[in-house]
Amino acid sequence: MATKVNFSSELQKFTGEVQTQVQATNYRGVVAEIVAKYPGLAEDEILKMAVAIDGEIIHEPFLEQIQEGSEVHFLYRISGG
Amino acid sequence: MSEAQDYKYIGQRTIRPDGYDKVTGRANYAADLALPGMIWAKVLRSPHAHARIRSIDTSKAEALPDVMAVATHVDIPNQANPGAINILAKDKALYHGHAIAGVAAKTEAAAEAALALIEVDYEVLPPIMSIEDAMADSAALIHEDLITKGMAEQPTSPSNVSSRMEMNKGDVAAGFAEADVILEREFRTPTVHQGYIEPHACTVRFDEDGQSMIWCSTQGHFGVRATTAALLNLEHSKLKVIASEIGGGFGGKTVVYLEPLALILSKKSGRPVKIQMDRDEVFKASGPGSATRNKVKIGAKKDGTITAMEAHLYYESGAFPGAAPLGPGCMTIFTPYDVPNQYVEGFDVVVNKAKVAAYRAPGAPQSEYACEMLINELADELGIDPIDFRLQNAAKEDTQTLYGPKLKAVGLVECLEAAKNSAQYKSALEKNQGRGVSSGFWFNIGGVSSVIINMNEDGTGTILEGSPDIGGSRASMQMMAAEELQMPTDTFSAIIPDTAHIAHSDTTGGSRTTFATGMAVVEAAADIVTQFKERAAAVWNVTPEQVEWKDGVAINISGDGKMTAAEICAAAGRTGGQITGLGNINARGAGPSFAVHIADIEVDTDTGKSDVIRYTAIQDAGKAIHPGYVEGQYQGGAAQGIGWALNEEYIFNKDGLLENPGFLDYRIPLASDLPMIEAIIVEVPNSFHPFGVRGVGETGIIPPLAACGTAVSKAIGIRMSELPLSPPRVLKAILEA
Repeated sequence: MATKVNFSSELQKFTGEVQTQVQATNYRGVVAEIVAKYPGLAEDEILKMAVAIDGEIIHEPFLEQIQEGSEVHFLYRISGG
Repeated sequence: MSEAQDYKYIGQRTIRPDGYDKVTGRANYAADLALPGMIWAKVLRSPHAHARIRSIDTSKAEALPDVMAVATHVDIPNQANPGAINILAKDKALYHGHAIAGVAAKTEAAAEAALALIEVDYEVLPPIMSIEDAMADSAALIHEDLITKGMAEQPTSPSNVSSRMEMNKGDVAAGFAEADVILEREFRTPTVHQGYIEPHACTVRFDEDGQSMIWCSTQGHFGVRATTAALLNLEHSKLKVIASEIGGGFGGKTVVYLEPLALILSKKSGRPVKIQMDRDEVFKASGPGSATRNKVKIGAKKDGTITAMEAHLYYESGAFPGAAPLGPGCMTIFTPYDVPNQYVEGFDVVVNKAKVAAYRAPGAPQSEYACEMLINELADELGIDPIDFRLQNAAKEDTQTLYGPKLKAVGLVECLEAAKNSAQYKSALEKNQGRGVSSGFWFNIGGVSSVIINMNEDGTGTILEGSPDIGGSRASMQMMAAEELQMPTDTFSAIIPDTAHIAHSDTTGGSRTTFATGMAVVEAAADIVTQFKERAAAVWNVTPEQVEWKDGVAINISGDGKMTAAEICAAAGRTGGQITGLGNINARGAGPSFAVHIADIEVDTDTGKSDVIRYTAIQDAGKAIHPGYVEGQYQGGAAQGIGWALNEEYIFNKDGLLENPGFLDYRIPLASDLPMIEAIIVEVPNSFHPFGVRGVGETGIIPPLAACGTAVSKAIGIRMSELPLSPPRVLKAILEA
């Protein structure tokens, strides 16, 4: 089973679609697949974003593993006061 | 959902470890440090809101006998750093109070006198002071090269709009087509200040041998080090930052204003330098919260089902593009509602005001105020109780958020039910009184935290946390260490070491510290448990697997024998050296916190003055480590939000000059203005934290705006849509009705 990657409205300007499926099993693989699939997506911009994997928001996802069937969202990084 | 558990140490109301120092005046704040040979610095600030700087002549100031150093923008070593122009203005003064030059002298009076001798040739420009002015077709430009990002088509000409963003789920048009009732309103919120009592201040020393030091009040001393080092081209290892006790921050002390300038002056003079803002400077030049203009449209069926929600948000960022907390504003506005069709569009707009800074749940109070006001009006229109209306549409586990992921277990429904069952909600109102209800949502964050627990020879432990304590984290860390090690809380003390003595920790903000740094404490404590077992095993000549750690004691399960922590630590020298636990983590799995507030307000219809007569704050803490501190966060957030709703605003004159830079004219609520705020802690555990913790520091400032806004509106029978609801504004509405 593949991993579902969901794109925000902002990212949809570059992907042209709401969702795609990837075969990668870790964060870096997901980024590599979507950057290769959508030339308009700038890798450095994607790497600035946080991700949510199955609803768990992760600000530094560099080493994250992703289970088959998971849902991934790219998000603006949140700081706070 | 995680199940609630019984704990031995967390959940108690221990005496706060910083309490004695604070009430006796022993606590050392930013302005309290004096060093041998120290001199004083003052900052020359722009008298104009918008002006081109043609030249700066400091020669007369430098000629004064007691003046030891003068600095302007050209003295900042890293001119390319984008943060440099808010430390000292370069080509333009962008707001009233923008720093122009710094002077260090042997006395404060000499530094003050020298400021008056600095000659600045300004070309005064028309100020842009509102979103309307900034976005007008004929608007003058604050930045001649600012091209709006995020537009469907890239603009070819500059404007005062730095970016546009949008978020969408479902089909909003179809949702509104299903609705029986649709309401659409515009709401405005003013520029506000965080209102911390302690002004920004620092004492610094630039050392020729490359061991410079900064003592300052900050929410993130690693951030101060990184920013200052970047501006001065210093290596991190050659700059030590010490976080003093802090007298309030609320997001406003995540920013660096004085420290790089002070260090430049110290380097030039060869002396330690102290700078302290006065209150006037704090208001003019330190980051305010963003003023906003927000349009919201919501549709619902007659049965109370919300079918569509739409918003268009405009946030001021001060004169610095991208500073507005627009992203969180867009992401949070509709999160309390499980509605399939939602759309938000947002704009970041530059104006001639100080650079906007974070303010407690930055961006969320403004947008959620607009949404919650309209929700209350829609409930009235439909004839449904506002809590029932929210319950019918409440976000819960698996609700798809507008910003992307589905929610995990959250406590909004539990908060709404607690509100409905509260004593206040069941109480009756009297003449000229109104009641308002509002929800609030904030994400909370995790991030990088570093903790060391040093076990002492007597079996006590010292916790070193890298997160400045702005809300009671030292007590919480002690309690979490105690719980993990099953040793009494007072076995542990907690301190915040300087940047040279612990690894990087992210800034205290985002309601992250009890959650993330708490996880680091648990990890460090678990590390110690492992070592305790190993050391006891070494004494007993058994394997660590044959040792159990229970109730704060090592037990030899393969034979007889018990060892306390004190006994293990006393023997540590001969079993391998002293025992230190490490917790260096990047915490993930922060759990969002929802809140529901109820405000009862009485309005004097002769004067327009509003009095909060009763107030209840209900919020999901996940697990309250120290309930007293948690209640304090709820009450503090509510008090700040009430001030935002009823009185606080920056008042500028026609030239863009701030007219109320002081607490007499910028009126935050005093204790005598407020009733005792009733706090109700809801606990729906966050499954990602070992004890179920969610952050609690920020959500509490969100609901008061609409709770008070609605209460005043109901008390006078007029829908109010602009904050603050100050006596003149309310009286004007009454007289014009």
